[in-house]
Amino acid sequence: MTNLVSMKGIEKRFPGVHALKNVSFELNGGEVHALMGENGAGKSTLMKVLSGIYPKDGGELFINGTEVELDGPRSSQDLGIGIIHQELSLMNDLTVAQNIFIGREPRLRFGRLDEAALNRKAVEIFQSMNLDLDPKTIVGTLTIAKQQMVEIAKALSYRSRVLIMDEPTAALNDAEIAELFTIIRRLKADGVGIIYISHKMDELKQIADRVTIMRDGAYIGTVEAADTPVSKIISMMVGREVTNDPVVIPDLSEAEALLEVSGLTRGREIQDVTFSVKKGEILGFAGLMGAGRTEVARAIFGADPREAGEIRVHGKACSISKPADAVKAGIGYLSEDRKHFGLATGMDVRSNIALASLDRFSSRLGVLRESEMRDTAQDYIGKLEIRTPSDRQEVRLLSGGNQQKVVIAKWLYRDCDILIFDEPTRGIDVGAKSEIYKLLKKLAKEGRAIIVISSELPEIMRLSHRIAVMCEGRLTGILPGGEETTQEDIMHLATLRAPSMQPEGYPQ
Amino acid sequence: MTVVNSTSTPSLFARLIDTGAHQKLLAFASLVLLLIGFSIASPNFMQTSNMIAILQATSVNGILAVAATLVIITGGIDLSVGTLMTFCAVIAGVVLTNLGLPLPLGVIAAIGAGAFCGLCSGTFVSKMKIPPFIATLGMMLILKGLSLVISGTRPIYFNDTPGFDLISLGSIIGDFFPALPIPNGVLILFLVAGITSWILSRTILGRYCFALGSNEEAVRLSGVNTDRWKIAIYSLAGSIVGIGGLVMASRLNSAQPALGLGYELEAIAAVVIGGTSLSGGRGTIVGTLIGALIMAVLTNGLRILSVAQEWQTVVTGSIIILAVYADMVRRKKA
Repeated sequence: MTNLVSMKGIEKRFPGVHALKNVSFELNGGEVHALMGENGAGKSTLMKVLSGIYPKDGGELFINGTEVELDGPRSSQDLGIGIIHQELSLMNDLTVAQNIFIGREPRLRFGRLDEAALNRKAVEIFQSMNLDLDPKTIVGTLTIAKQQMVEIAKALSYRSRVLIMDEPTAALNDAEIAELFTIIRRLKADGVGIIYISHKMDELKQIADRVTIMRDGAYIGTVEAADTPVSKIISMMVGREVTNDPVVIPDLSEAEALLEVSGLTRGREIQDVTFSVKKGEILGFAGLMGAGRTEVARAIFGADPREAGEIRVHGKACSISKPADAVKAGIGYLSEDRKHFGLATGMDVRSNIALASLDRFSSRLGVLRESEMRDTAQDYIGKLEIRTPSDRQEVRLLSGGNQQKVVIAKWLYRDCDILIFDEPTRGIDVGAKSEIYKLLKKLAKEGRAIIVISSELPEIMRLSHRIAVMCEGRLTGILPGGEETTQEDIMHLATLRAPSMQPEGYPQ
Repeated sequence: MTVVNSTSTPSLFARLIDTGAHQKLLAFASLVLLLIGFSIASPNFMQTSNMIAILQATSVNGILAVAATLVIITGGIDLSVGTLMTFCAVIAGVVLTNLGLPLPLGVIAAIGAGAFCGLCSGTFVSKMKIPPFIATLGMMLILKGLSLVISGTRPIYFNDTPGFDLISLGSIIGDFFPALPIPNGVLILFLVAGITSWILSRTILGRYCFALGSNEEAVRLSGVNTDRWKIAIYSLAGSIVGIGGLVMASRLNSAQPALGLGYELEAIAAVVIGGTSLSGGRGTIVGTLIGALIMAVLTNGLRILSVAQEWQTVVTGSIIILAVYADMVRRKKA
């Protein structure tokens, strides 16, 4: 029997990153094939190659046994490959049917739209999925789960024989997941091949036939989902050796708790999170994407509202309702998305370093003392080894690592005792990474409290004195740092879903 | 998968040259070309009196454009500058003519009214999160109506306030250099432009102007009270418009309540021609001045060449599209 999809020796490089190294993957008709790996393992890149979004740099791709070259998403669509992205891309103000057939609307004469045919064709697809949905419903009024069904229907309307689902259950509750799985099983019975990307182990056992594991852009292996223990899959995922020097954990028993957070809550995203960070400590936050770590950080910083919870800095309760309050209390937040939330990229290095402290550089009338700003900027450029031709360089022209250092300089100059780093090395190459690590360790040693949120386990293990692990908005445990904690321990907590029968807030 | 952004070194230099200064240069070159062109086409164009007429015509639009530049750099837009100008003139009329108070009070009232209306717009935009286009569209209509209500739809004349017309039409420079009778209105424009330019480049307010337009969320997450600064910027713009209202009223020696609509678009046009980005984050007052001059030179030159007024508007519109297109092409290359 020929495979529906067969990828052999796929290679993909980005500047500075070897994203896919000789990766192979096969999919049969009527199969749910899970693709697993840590964040950054190359799953999404591989799927983007399959769906024609990225051209491959090497290797062969066979669809139904015929070798093909994809020159764009369109040609992959024509070959019957549909992809459902993690972020749904529907137009909320249009109806279900209008969404499904966008760009291919049935027409009458003189360019008039054939609304009746549109709805009829949508219903035909829904019937094939055994789904009861009114094609005239406005998409924005549907639940996320139903919107996902619409995406699936849209993919099927292209007569897709291959469906790629990227973390389809990320935003769904248990009942909705069950609904989705029913649809998946029905498609499977019709001979559709489904590639299922997920981090959630329990789901794999329920829905997948085979599991392919990737790590660091390489193919690790393919196993049968039913008779492979979860622990084996996890160890295949994280199997990489932590080659870096082990963390030296300082004795902090006497140290003051700089930041104490208790009962932090907001909806489903943050559920009763309590922890503290001591002076001189690096607390790592591990978890899978969507676990709620960034949400916790933003809530502490006052960037997003919180429903409940107390924040104490230096033992004193702080009422933080906006970032300005947090900064006043000495908390700095370095967002994972520097370009959108950290830097005014069109402005120069000097202004960006001074951005949080402009009031210190200005007279009572608000006149800026440019020479002081220059001296400060040049001081930090030297101290943090920021590679830039001058302090007048626009930050958008710097590399990722140097941009990150500019953001760090901004908060250091503001004298923040508590620094929250959200994915501090995202988009930064290997060499600059270890520089950032060195810097974080130095900052802790100087007596600051550091929180590091990272999706890369080796990074967490290399830096953290303690490791807080989150899953689906809950803090599922705090592990000691150092060698006694294994990646498997962390992954176990990171995939520890709340028992669905228990009420929310059930004690850990 | 993370993709490392690599900036190749050769293009870096080219990009540096390309940003900022380029569009201003382009605008300036266009202005010079226009001046040369009209001089060749008509001997009457390059006369001192005509040059002064062009400057005089630039003064009000220039001042409004300076105010609009501030707001546009923050990534906003101000549609109310035209009717706010009229509103401030009417307020001056009420204070000076109807109440008979002394001249300085009228000046303070007009500028104060401008600042207060700017404060309102700024509050709508920042605290109430109304998009600037809508907030200032509302203000534009409110102020148009209020001007008519307060004035009883009739012009208010300043005949009882001796010296009011000198604000715009007198010439301090001419008193010292009789050969150069540049009217005070023009002097005020250059003063306002100079001070605003200085505020933009040298003060914390100016720096936040660019920072807000460049990345408002990053500024907020730096712990800056962005609402307060935005309100301050809109208020400053409003007070500048108040000055514009005074210059206008002084030139006409009256506050004309029906005037004002359409001035906001001319001001925005000058800003855009001057190379300020409508998406915020970059722009200069010098550019705006050049933009305002280009529009005045065009109108004046075409009139001297006896081109019908209807066609003048068509030309102005085309210039705006050309200017922004040039900016787009430049940015795509960068």
